[in-house]
Formats: sequence, C-alpha cells, structure tokens
Amino acid sequence: MSGQTVPADFSGHMLDLDEDEDLEVFSKNTSLADGSPMPNSPSSMVNQYRLEEEEQQDADAQDIFITVDNPESHVTAIETFIMYRVATKTTRGEFDSSEYDVRRRYQDFLWLRSKLEENHPTLIVHPLPEKFVMKGMVERFNHDFIDTRRKALHRFLNKISVHPILSNSQHFKVFLTAQELLSHKKQGPGFLSRMGETVRAVANSVRGLRSRPEEFTVMQDYVEDFSSKICSVDKVTQRIIKEQREYFDELKLYSPTYAQWAESEEELAAPLNGVASCVERCSKESEEQIQHLSEVLVPALHEYVLCTETLKAVMRRRDNIQAEFEAKNEALASRRAHQEALQDEVDGLADRVELSNKALKGDWSRWQNGMRSDLKSAFLSTAEKNVDCYEQCLAVWESFLLSQRVEPGEQRDGEDAS
Amino acid sequence: MAEDGRDESLATDDEPDHTAADGNNSLNNSLNNTMVEEGSTLLHTMEICVAEAERRNGKNTMNMQETFTVYLVETRPMDAVAEGRNPAPDSLWRRYSEFELLRNYLLVTHPYIVVPPLPEKRAEFVWHKLSADNMDPDFVERRRVGLENFLLRVASHPVLSNDKILHHFLTEEHGWKEVVYETGFQAKADSRLRALSATFRVRNPDKRFMEMKHYSDELQSHTSQLLRARARVADRLYGVYKVHGNYGRVFSEWSAIEREMGDGLQSAGHHMDAYAASIDDILEEEEHYADQLKEYLFYAEALRAVCRKHELTQFELEMASQDLISKKQQQEELATGIVRTFSFKGMTNKLFGQEAPEQREARLKLLEELIAEGEETVKEKTVECEEHVERAWVDMQRFKEQKDKDLREALINYAVMQISMCKKGIQMWSNAKECFLKM
Repeated sequence: MSGQTVPADFSGHMLDLDEDEDLEVFSKNTSLADGSPMPNSPSSMVNQYRLEEEEQQDADAQDIFITVDNPESHVTAIETFIMYRVATKTTRGEFDSSEYDVRRRYQDFLWLRSKLEENHPTLIVHPLPEKFVMKGMVERFNHDFIDTRRKALHRFLNKISVHPILSNSQHFKVFLTAQELLSHKKQGPGFLSRMGETVRAVANSVRGLRSRPEEFTVMQDYVEDFSSKICSVDKVTQRIIKEQREYFDELKLYSPTYAQWAESEEELAAPLNGVASCVERCSKESEEQIQHLSEVLVPALHEYVLCTETLKAVMRRRDNIQAEFEAKNEALASRRAHQEALQDEVDGLADRVELSNKALKGDWSRWQNGMRSDLKSAFLSTAEKNVDCYEQCLAVWESFLLSQRVEPGEQRDGEDAS
Repeated sequence: MAEDGRDESLATDDEPDHTAADGNNSLNNSLNNTMVEEGSTLLHTMEICVAEAERRNGKNTMNMQETFTVYLVETRPMDAVAEGRNPAPDSLWRRYSEFELLRNYLLVTHPYIVVPPLPEKRAEFVWHKLSADNMDPDFVERRRVGLENFLLRVASHPVLSNDKILHHFLTEEHGWKEVVYETGFQAKADSRLRALSATFRVRNPDKRFMEMKHYSDELQSHTSQLLRARARVADRLYGVYKVHGNYGRVFSEWSAIEREMGDGLQSAGHHMDAYAASIDDILEEEEHYADQLKEYLFYAEALRAVCRKHELTQFELEMASQDLISKKQQQEELATGIVRTFSFKGMTNKLFGQEAPEQREARLKLLEELIAEGEETVKEKTVECEEHVERAWVDMQRFKEQKDKDLREALINYAVMQISMCKKGIQMWSNAKECFLKM
C-alpha cells in the first residue's frame, strides 16, 4: 500500500498528512497476535458494555456483531504498520452475506470516522483511540499499546453498530465488507471542497450567532463542565495507579525480610514464613488491582475525555449550520434580485438547521445514557475488583491466624534449642 | 513497700559474683524459670506503671536552659490492690536520662543478664507522616509506653527485680542519682578497648556463646531490615489511600452537573473520603507492632553484650593461666639452671657471670609469691568465667523463650491488624459499589 493522504476533518481535527499514526518500527517482530481471536459469541461481546436493562432488549435484538482482533505487522517496501482483523456476523438484509472478514489499519478507521462525521455533522460519533502515545512511553508500538488500541477500535465499531442512524451508513457497510478499501476512499468530496467548507465555517463563526436556542446553550455549558470533571477523574485515576505501583514495589521488597529472618530462627520460623507468604499474596493482589484499573477504568474514562472533544466539535458544527442559515437569511432580506433562488436556498438551509438540531437532540440523550451506563459499569467493576482483592488478602491472613492458633500445643513439645 | 513473697535476702549489688542466694536460686530454677519466678519477682508485690509525661524547663549540666520531658512513675503495693483497697499510688518523676543511668548500672552490675532495652533515644525508621521530633506528642506517648514496658520487664526478671538500686529508682525521687554513683559501678565498667581486644585474642570461647553472638548479629540485621521495609510500605500505603480522597472531591463537583448520576456519585464520593481517612488509624496501630519489633532489635544488642562479657572473662582467664605458666617456667629455670626460654637476665648472666646465690634465693622467693598470687588469680578468674557461663546460659535460655513467645504474639497481632484493615476495605468498597449501582 502506498502512502495515502486522508482527507482533513473540517471540524478542526486536522489529521496529519503523513503516516505516523500506524507506522511501526519493528524490524524483527512479525506477528504480535497471541493467536486466539476474540470470542465471537454474542453474549460475550455484549458483556463488553454491560448494557442496562432497556438496552439489554436492544442487545438481544442486535443483528450485527463485530470483533476487532489479530493485530499483525504488515510490511511493504516503504513502510511497516499494523493490520487488524475486522470480523462481522450479521443477519441484516442489506448485507449480501452473513459473515465478513477483512483487514484494516488505523488509517482506515480514521477514514470511516471522518466520513461518518461528514455525513452526520450533528450526530455524536464515538471517538477513536489517539494517534500518538502522549506520556513518553519509550516503545510506541509495544504489545500493550497495540492491545489497548485494538480494544478501543473494537469498542468504536460496536458503538457505531448499535447507533440507530450511523449503523446504516453506507461507509460503515463498505468498511466492514470491502476486501479492498482504497478504491472507496477515493470517492466523495475532494480535499479542496472540504477546505472551502472549513473557510466558510470560520467566516460564519466570526460573524457570530444571532440567537442560540436555550437548550443548546445548556448543552454547551454542560459539555464544558463535564470536560473538566472527566479530565480530573482521569488524572486522579492515573495518580492512584502510580501510587499503587510504588506500593506494590515496596511490598515486593518487604515480604523477603520475613523469609530471610525465618532462616535464622527455629520456633519463629513457621510464623515468620507464614507472614512472608501472606504479604507476598497481598502484593499479588495489589498487582491485579493495578492491572484491572489500567484495563477497565482508565480506558473507559479516557474515551469520555476524548468524547468531550467530539461534543465540542458537534456543538460548533451545529452553530455553523445555524450561522450559515442566518447569514443567507439576512442576505435574502436585504437583496432584491435573485430572490427566488435565494429563497429556495434559505428554505433549504432552514430545513437543514431543523434537521441538525433534531438529530443532535436525539443523539444527545442517547449519548448521555451511554455515558452513564459505560462509566457506571466501569466504576462498578472497579469497586467489585477492590472488594475481591481485599477478600483474597483477608482469606490468607485468616488462614495464617488459624495455623498459629492450632500449633501452640505442638510447638511446646518441640525440641529445645540447646 | 511490702516485702512478703520474696524469700531470698536482698543481695548487695556491689559484688554480683558473690550473690550466692541469687545465683543459687536462678541456677536451681533454671528449668522452671517462668513458673517459679512468678512468685518471687517484684512485679508480684508491686504494681508499676508510667502514667504520664510532662514537659519541663530546667537547667542542664552546662547550666543552659533546656526543655525536656519527665515521666511519672507510679507504684502501688499489690496486696493492697488485691484486698480491694485503692490507695493512692506513690509516684515520682523521672527523665529519660535517669532511665538510661539505671540501665547502665544494671548492665555493669549484672553482666550475665540480657538486660531489657529502653525505647529508642531518637525516632528511627520514620516514614513521611511520622515525626522525627523528640517533642512530638505521639513520640512521647510511644516512649512512655516503652518506658513502662522496660520497668515491667525488669521488675519481672528473676534476678534484676531484686536489685536495690531498682527499688530506689522506683521509690526515692531525690538523691537517687547520688546513690547510684556511690556504688562505683562506673569504675567496674569494662573498657571498650579491653572488650574489643578480648574478642580478637580469645582462644577458646564457649562455642554456644559464639553461636549466640552470631545469632544476635542476625537478629539485629533482620529486624532492622524488616523495620526499614515496613516503614517504606507504610509510606506508600498512606499515599494510595490519601489519593482516593481526591475522588471524593471530584465526584462531589461532578455530581452537581449530573441529574441521574448525581446522587450515586455524591455518596460514592463520601465513601472515598472515608476510605482516605481510614488509613490514619490503621497505620497508627501498626506503629505499636513496629515498637514490638524494635524492642527485640535493641535486645539483640543486649544479648551480644552478654556474649562479649563471656569473651572477656574467658580471655582474662586465658591471660591469667598463661601468666601463671610462664612464671612457673621461670621458677623451673631458676631452680634447675636450665634456660629454656630466652631472657635478658639469662643473657647477661652468661656474659657477665651468674648472679650471687643470695640474689637467686631472693628471686626464687619472689617468684614463689607471685606464683601463689597467680594461682589465686587463676582460681578467681576460673570461678568468674564459669559462673558467668552458667548464669548467662540460663538467662539466655530464658530470653530465648521470652523472645519466641513475644514475637509470635507480635506476628499474630500484625495478622489481626491486617485482617481488620481488609475488612474495612471490603466495607468501604462495598458501600461505594452500592452507590455506583444507584448511578
């Protein structure tokens, strides 16, 4: 595959024109997959989200199931990148077959998402995992990074697939089914026309909105507040992981001090070794807690941090649509000539405003429910995991106590040191 | 102060080697230490506690103003308590330095006893929230407990509990220091140089003592490593819990902008605050565990001191024996005229002629006296060494049993603390889970 420039996202997410996002630096490693694809069963995929009761019914009625797995390094003359397997099972009529199996790279996902946003500017399209790794991870494309990205891509497609409007998108279908995406990518409005739209949008925003409907102002305020809150929660969670890691490191050094001491003791050796193994078990649990946080809570929070950017963009686009209408409407009022043509245009824009607003309103409550459900389940899972870890630790300490209560009689009869 | 229940007479503490009554008793009871001693230690007749601590201002030895802490030592006759009377306790104030003086006295006076240690002079193994300041109220409180523990240990020891100076310490507030100094114990203290020299040059120390000395090194090293690691773990655990407090703040703010999620978030936040606050009590309790371990860290030092004393007595015995042998050799040479060893006198005799018979007689007579003295010395040193070995071995066994019992209890207590911490954690997170369910 030669380098392909991806059309710029006119809402402000200017994509880089180079291939950074999925270039690999591997020279030796060829396969990164652990071999086993994600489980394909409907219930396990649905469990990815732990949908609420109302949505559970939708899930049972779900007619399309998508998995993203099997990342593999793909080498060409010019570049190296990762390809993911996208497997689809569906009973939908508009699909010619009931099963599809295609390979896609990160760029392809970017393309799909930009197309969806393009065609539905005021719908809330779930965000993709980021292009670069921010926090200075030394190996940008190590196994953890690939796996985290794969899971996020999986979630992305599934979010789209349960969206009443977006899942019917032609681009979505093409993405899931076409063996070769390149030809489809070349279609659609070109780069230049997209630039034109951006310029118009900027111009309109400069003029400013006459009157934004109250409900959208409320929405805007919420988005601002939510953005800062979710970022804080994300930061706190990262901090907890950091502290937990340092605690775990110290625990690993602590337990051997008991075992080493036990070596020079006789009667005390048993209880000392008992404590050593309890502490070791607790350190294991601590490690599991860290892992769970990293795999469940952090990705969920992170996605909603990214969501806030999407929401802001959606609000901006809605404003632009309204601004455009208002601009043309004013022009209509002041100009005498070309009135009929202008009138048609203004009517069209008015309809567009109405449709966009309606779409956004509908999607807004949908998004809010989704957010609540996703974060609720992530927090629940975290709380359950913490309870579980504490229970494991409790069990080992209690069994240690039990062992000590039983032994005294036997210890007294043990041989003397001298 | 009631004296019933104690059979042996109060031995004077100036000559520990001749406290026949004491020595025999502990020797006879070597196998049943704990059982018999219950009846005959000070603790059985007297209730002792270190009730309070207070700050004082005064002048120190350099006549400069200083602030220090004094501790209230209270005593009450046990029989009065048993009879149901509740007399006011006798009490006096003591500084930490006076406790130190008492202990130093006991160390010198009873060199075959593993003398209980004092609580640390300065706070060590401190983790970030713990203060290293000697005036810090938590430190003072823990020291008070440690000093009481010291007195209880000493007063329940079969040998130490009979010490007169100890009794004075507990009952005579003023003039006690002078009484201690008058015993002249400081003069009897072994010089460090002598002790060190003995360690290197002794030839036949008792193997058991050498093993015990090695064990004391191990005990010291292991307990200090453990304490250091534990302090670091406590520090980190503190961090983990406290960071969760931030959830409390953020959830509360977030709940203000949510409708359906608001209540669940808000109450979850409260539980996170409670979780963060719970670590303070947990770690404070753990400090008691650390103090129990610290006692044995310092006990290791006392154990080593007893072993070193053995090395010293053995060394002195060896020196005395060696001296006696060489004098006897000299005597033999003089008597027979055969020179076996090189001596300057011998050489000059060869060069300048033998000495006069009267001189020889004088020398022989002197040697005889010296040899007689030497034999006495060897006898004394032998007794000293053997007595030390016997008594020390008995006390080291007593110490070993006490150590095993105490440390096992400490480990069990630690497990109990961990269990309590786990249960609290389970409760907190279960509560949080209930709140999340309401989201």
